[in-house]
Amino acid sequence: MDFGFTEEQDEFRRDVRSFLEDEIEKGYWEPACDAWIQGFDPEFTRRVAERGWIGLIWPREYGGQGRSHTDRLILTEEMLRYGAPAACHWFADRQVGGAILTFGSEDLKKEFLPRIARGEAYFGLGMSEPGAGSDLASLQTRAIEDGDYYVINGQKTWTSCAYFAHYFDVYARTDSEAPKHRGISEFIVDARSPGLSRIPMTDITGTEAWSDLFFDSVRVHKKYLIGEKNRGFYQVLHQLDYERSGMERIMGNYPLFEAIVRFCREHGLSSDPVVRSKLAQLSVEFEVGRLLGYRVTSVMEEGRTPNWESAMSKAYSTEFEKRLASVAMEILGPYGQLMAGSRFVPIRGMAPHSYLGSKGYSLQAGTTEILKNVLAARGLGLPSS
Amino acid sequence: MKLNLSEEQEMLKETARDFLADRCPRAFVRQMEESDTGYSRELWQDMVRLGWVGLAFPERYGGGGMGFLGLAVLLEEMGRVCLPGPFFSTVVLGGLTILDIGSERQKQEYLPQVIRGERMLALALTEPVFGSCGATEVSVAAIPEGDDYIIDGRKLFVYDAHIADYLLCITRTEPENGITAFVVDAKSPHVRCTLLKSIAGDRQCEVIFDRATVPATGVLGRADYSQNVVQGMVERATAAKCCEMVGNVQRVLEMTLDYAKERTQFGKPIGSFQVIQHYCADMATDVDGARLAAYQAAWMLDQGLPCATEVAIAKIWMSEASQRVMNLAHQIHGAIGVSMEHDLHFYTRRAKAAESAFGDASFYREIVAKEMAL
Repeated sequence: MDFGFTEEQDEFRRDVRSFLEDEIEKGYWEPACDAWIQGFDPEFTRRVAERGWIGLIWPREYGGQGRSHTDRLILTEEMLRYGAPAACHWFADRQVGGAILTFGSEDLKKEFLPRIARGEAYFGLGMSEPGAGSDLASLQTRAIEDGDYYVINGQKTWTSCAYFAHYFDVYARTDSEAPKHRGISEFIVDARSPGLSRIPMTDITGTEAWSDLFFDSVRVHKKYLIGEKNRGFYQVLHQLDYERSGMERIMGNYPLFEAIVRFCREHGLSSDPVVRSKLAQLSVEFEVGRLLGYRVTSVMEEGRTPNWESAMSKAYSTEFEKRLASVAMEILGPYGQLMAGSRFVPIRGMAPHSYLGSKGYSLQAGTTEILKNVLAARGLGLPSS
Repeated sequence: MKLNLSEEQEMLKETARDFLADRCPRAFVRQMEESDTGYSRELWQDMVRLGWVGLAFPERYGGGGMGFLGLAVLLEEMGRVCLPGPFFSTVVLGGLTILDIGSERQKQEYLPQVIRGERMLALALTEPVFGSCGATEVSVAAIPEGDDYIIDGRKLFVYDAHIADYLLCITRTEPENGITAFVVDAKSPHVRCTLLKSIAGDRQCEVIFDRATVPATGVLGRADYSQNVVQGMVERATAAKCCEMVGNVQRVLEMTLDYAKERTQFGKPIGSFQVIQHYCADMATDVDGARLAAYQAAWMLDQGLPCATEVAIAKIWMSEASQRVMNLAHQIHGAIGVSMEHDLHFYTRRAKAAESAFGDASFYREIVAKEMAL
């Protein structure tokens, strides 16, 4: 048992930190909450790619570095700590690349992985539909074979990064006769395909980070089918395990955590026993979330796909982020309601932004309820209802 | 980073689980709770023979050299079965304190006796102070008189003092930086021990030192340590208690899952109901968080790294998570869980006592707050 890092890993962490600190010093970007999902900065992504830090764990033959999951943990932990604008590459790096690597053909690996790693191909996710949220297997978007092509019709919603994405990872029904779990396939769809249109959605924070996607007879060549036809639902479960696996769920609002602690120190609030107790408790809950996240990495290092471990970590962590934002709002009192840009706004309005944004954290990538189902059934062996 | 046990630790875990399943069934725990001494001499001697008492001590004193992590594994297994007896007091509170601050001569003298099972120890630290800071406040005085010291005062919540051969009594010899520990003969007529009746059914005592005379050679290590020395004892004790409690809550989770799979209502196992599944998921998250935090603290102690914050985090989490786990376990077990016939109460009672042992969550939150420079 070892809770520490090796010397090389510590040095890697220092490299990542000094890169990020240098970026901030040069004024390229400001640390922000949610920057992993809302911070679109192609230039930042390019500079990260130049260092070989996209696709870090993929094999070298596909443009990766063949590094360990622990190295990627360190990299992402630091990106999140500094609130770096990594949204352009985050999804491909975290899960779509892995899906291509695990299930995709040799041609797909060669076509996409090196471009993702060079910071040239951004991906958005086309999973949820207006009628298919937690019950993803009931999705209605259809892909019908037509010669060498599939023709896709339907609608996706809450598609992340749609404005910037070059490609979407889309799940569509390819067999409407089969049981719903066994008639879904996974495709890579070019964002510029004729018939594909997008309407941005404004979320509760006022941010346009998501979109509705409309597929009107969008033609996708068969070579862009990932994995086996009709096995898409099983592939998405695998991908979701990775979507839920990372530190973004506990650290997505780390800049707020750091800022509220500093604010309390600087404004004499930290001598108040109630404030001390609340911040200390947040710190404890943060540390436990960090350990649950590290455990997921440890599982991946053993060569296993983290399943209920990811579900536990994600469910716990998004609830933590809600408490973090609530505590920050409480401490700031009436100032807490002031939004970014307002006169008198403290800590750049991060608290109300996170407070509002955190309502969605426990819905994205599997609601807390679905995650507890996963944990109960797969981790604890409880019988199905 | 490698968060699972080594092969050697896994073997220890398996051996301990088998041995304790055989030797410490619930009927035995019940019997010990009702007995006078609260432990079995025979079982203690068998644990000595297995090398458990010496496990965490360096080999040069006759120990097993498996460090604090080995001890953590053992304590978890002990917590799983609610093992009664003086292991915690003799090894964690007594032996490791001698190892930490005793002189080489004292280590040579006492540790082999302890490891061979010839002597038992208890730590007289806590005093009758209300409030959450009681864990580390020392005011009982030891006054020099010729070549001796006279200890006069009262210690509370002293585990297993009634069967100990030596008491390690923590005293104040100077107002500032004046913490001095003594090895006191527990059988001295000037030391009076009275059993308390605790919720856990363990054996905690009030110990009165009535002008007890201790020769200067009884000073453990040297006189007038700083408060840090108490913090060291409390840190070890707290991390160890957390590891023991990992076994407790883990076992409670398992018992609850078994029950949820077996118990049928409305024609289905209750574990198939989503509300019960989510309760269990919450319990598992609390238990895994507790395990990771406790083992992180144990690993740092094992490595000799400073870990006041990590120990505090482990204890805050354990103190609160264990209560959530017990509440849900009782809710899922239903009425049978609140009967003395069922085993759950053994765990509930011990978890409640552990919640405040060596400092409760409020006490440790203040430590975390200080570490955050608040």
